Amino acid sequence: MLDAAIIGAVLASVVAAATTLLLASLGELVAERAGTLNLGVEGMMIVGAAVGYATAYGSGSLLLGTVAAVLAGMALSLVFAGLAIWLATNQVASGLATTILGLGLAGLIGAGFVGTQLDGAPQLHIAGLTELPVVGKALFGQDAFVYVSFLLLAAVAYTLARTRIGLVLRAVGENHAAAHALGHPVRGIRTLAVMFGGACAGLAGAHLSLAYTPFWASDMTAGRGWIALALVVFSAWRPLWLLAGAYLFGAVSILQLHVQGFGLGIPSQFLSALPYLATIIALVVISALKHGRGAPASLGVPFVPDR
Amino acid sequence: MEDVPERPRALLEAVKLTKKFGSLVANDQVSLAIRAGETHALLGENGAGKSTLVKMMCGLLQADSGELLYEGTPIVFHDPASSRAKGVGVVFQHFALFDAMTVVENVALGLPGHQPLPVLAARIDDCVRRYGLGVEPYRRVGELSVGERQRVEIVRCLLGDPRVLILDEPTSVLTPDESENLFRTVDLLTDEGRAVLFISHKLDEVRRLCHRATVLRGGRFIAEVDPQQETFGSLARLMVGADVPRTPRVTAHALGAPRLLALHLNVAGDGSRGSTLRDINFEVHAGEILGIAGVAGNGQTALFDVLSGETEVTDHESIVIDGEMAGGLSPTQRRALGAGFVPEERLGHAAAPDMRLSDNVLLTTHGDGHIVKAGIIRRATLFGRFQEIVKGFDVRFGGKDPKARRLSGGNMQKFVIGREVLRNPVLIVVDQPTWGVDAAAAAFIRTTLREHAAQGCAVLVISQDLDELLEFADRIAVMSEGRLTTPVPVAGTSREAIGLAMGGAHHAGGEGSHAA
Repeated sequence: MLDAAIIGAVLASVVAAATTLLLASLGELVAERAGTLNLGVEGMMIVGAAVGYATAYGSGSLLLGTVAAVLAGMALSLVFAGLAIWLATNQVASGLATTILGLGLAGLIGAGFVGTQLDGAPQLHIAGLTELPVVGKALFGQDAFVYVSFLLLAAVAYTLARTRIGLVLRAVGENHAAAHALGHPVRGIRTLAVMFGGACAGLAGAHLSLAYTPFWASDMTAGRGWIALALVVFSAWRPLWLLAGAYLFGAVSILQLHVQGFGLGIPSQFLSALPYLATIIALVVISALKHGRGAPASLGVPFVPDR
Repeated sequence: MEDVPERPRALLEAVKLTKKFGSLVANDQVSLAIRAGETHALLGENGAGKSTLVKMMCGLLQADSGELLYEGTPIVFHDPASSRAKGVGVVFQHFALFDAMTVVENVALGLPGHQPLPVLAARIDDCVRRYGLGVEPYRRVGELSVGERQRVEIVRCLLGDPRVLILDEPTSVLTPDESENLFRTVDLLTDEGRAVLFISHKLDEVRRLCHRATVLRGGRFIAEVDPQQETFGSLARLMVGADVPRTPRVTAHALGAPRLLALHLNVAGDGSRGSTLRDINFEVHAGEILGIAGVAGNGQTALFDVLSGETEVTDHESIVIDGEMAGGLSPTQRRALGAGFVPEERLGHAAAPDMRLSDNVLLTTHGDGHIVKAGIIRRATLFGRFQEIVKGFDVRFGGKDPKARRLSGGNMQKFVIGREVLRNPVLIVVDQPTWGVDAAAAAFIRTTLREHAAQGCAVLVISQDLDELLEFADRIAVMSEGRLTTPVPVAGTSREAIGLAMGGAHHAGGEGSHAA
């Protein structure tokens, strides 16, 4: 039956799956708190995955690959920022265009790497803790991405709640006209927030192609960018709820694999669809509970200063 | 006021500022000097260029030509932060506040550098005590009344220790009592040697408060005067450029049957400010104008929406239009009963900004039977009606049939009023009929409504402009926190009684005054 080792292994894979979602959604949360809805997460993530993989494969350095992925995500986010923030185009259309562009670029970059494989990011063991039963491997036997995701979460939560730059960022997302009247650089702050979102999406992509599944396959993000977007709504734009959401969705996506393994009489297609179904149900429940009131008031509205 | 030659020198001075928006000259060589220890009024009608001038003086807009002098030296403010650094603070007409945040966070956003919030909260408390401003640091701004929100803005400015404080139409959202408090604060500030620029179009306030007044009209400098030496009429003439016509009061006309009844009208609302209505009762008879006064955000919009049918009520019998129960009817069905509705927001609510004027006519007339037949729009009939509105109501615009957004506020308001009046309704409900409209157009609109009432229509006017209601309504009631006082005849009440009721005391004119 299920022994501690199996449960430990399942938990460890839940953490790995959740980390991709957490990283990507954390960046999007920051962008949305500043008032920009960037639907390009999926595109930025897969470009990060492709560039990260190509760099790591070529150089043999996972660290270099990760840095390249972050920069690639950021570069693509600047395309979105240029359109949606500086040219005040429709954010939904610009975000979709960014995703489509990203998917195309990633296919191009990754074309020569199909079927190759890398040694994934090493697990960092912490003496004494990793040997703990059941949760030891899940919590303290992970790769660096997992720890970075927790540090980033803490940093974002603290910055938004306690620092001046966090206050200004929230103000810009809440009422951009007022923030402008008070002399805060609305478009500059939004650009930085979107760049942070791009960097996080790139990092999430690197986690995917360098650690979680260290090989290249086209479309390997498989809709995780969209789930990350839904998670931001699910969390009502609060970082700690984001953590809960990411692990819930991570768990659903892993457990459905194991349920398939048990050979229950449920069609596998249905089980594969579970994470997406869970996304829809969570969104419906949340809007029914009027949980979504936390949405930044200027979210998705282009800002054009008076001239 | 003694006008001795040695007035204090100018702290902030605008010299021949010009600003164009496309072909519109918003400010044409406007000059203005604000001096320490003085309250200086900037007087002008809506659209006279007051806001443009203020925005240039604080760095929100850049002038096309002319210059700003700060203590006699030319200076350029690139943005509001640079003007604030020089001690120029502005309280805008539309508050620059963040509803989802607390008072102290809002204040922090207006100050340079980082201060721990508890330290800032203590400073807010100090400032509140010193100037009698009544604000609690840790409340969420979204929960505050309009008067409190304005005080948050003022506190935020004062904590920056400004030498020049600019107040943009500060009393337009206040009760008479709250205005009086504000005047006391302003007097304290000038006593400390600060300069205050007080923007207004209300002459009594300017005469009460200000040492000097600059009058703008149509974007041009008209005069700088001592308001104490001027009369009401002379100031009004400077501001409008002609004598202001007053609405003829039609005194003797017979009241007919009640056309609109509200019976124990309740709306639960969504918890936001002004969304709740509590046990509203009134009747409007054919031939009369009932005015509903009150400070913005006390339920007027909710009342309009529920009367027009945009918000559903649970009780079908709580609204009666011309003898028919109408609580459960849609806006179109209510119009079919002979009602007409003119909401406050001209563009986006009364009219679709990007549709042509003639198409906008259709928005409220499609159910009237002769313009749309069997689902087909009869363009010729529609255009005929459009011409009728334009001619009958003196709607002015460029081109043949422009998009609604291209019209000025006054012309658009005349258009939406004309559209309803020409449907010959037995009942008209108008929210803020003359908001942001120049004096001549406002007088025209009031006269039109007055005449229409005399012909047997029932008119309900919701307005924040108390003077307007006292001028042309027959009876008046006051909304405060979702409740409505018993309507009383205008002749039998006073500004003071209404002012009290606006602040929350009930019954505008004493007990037992059911006029009918």
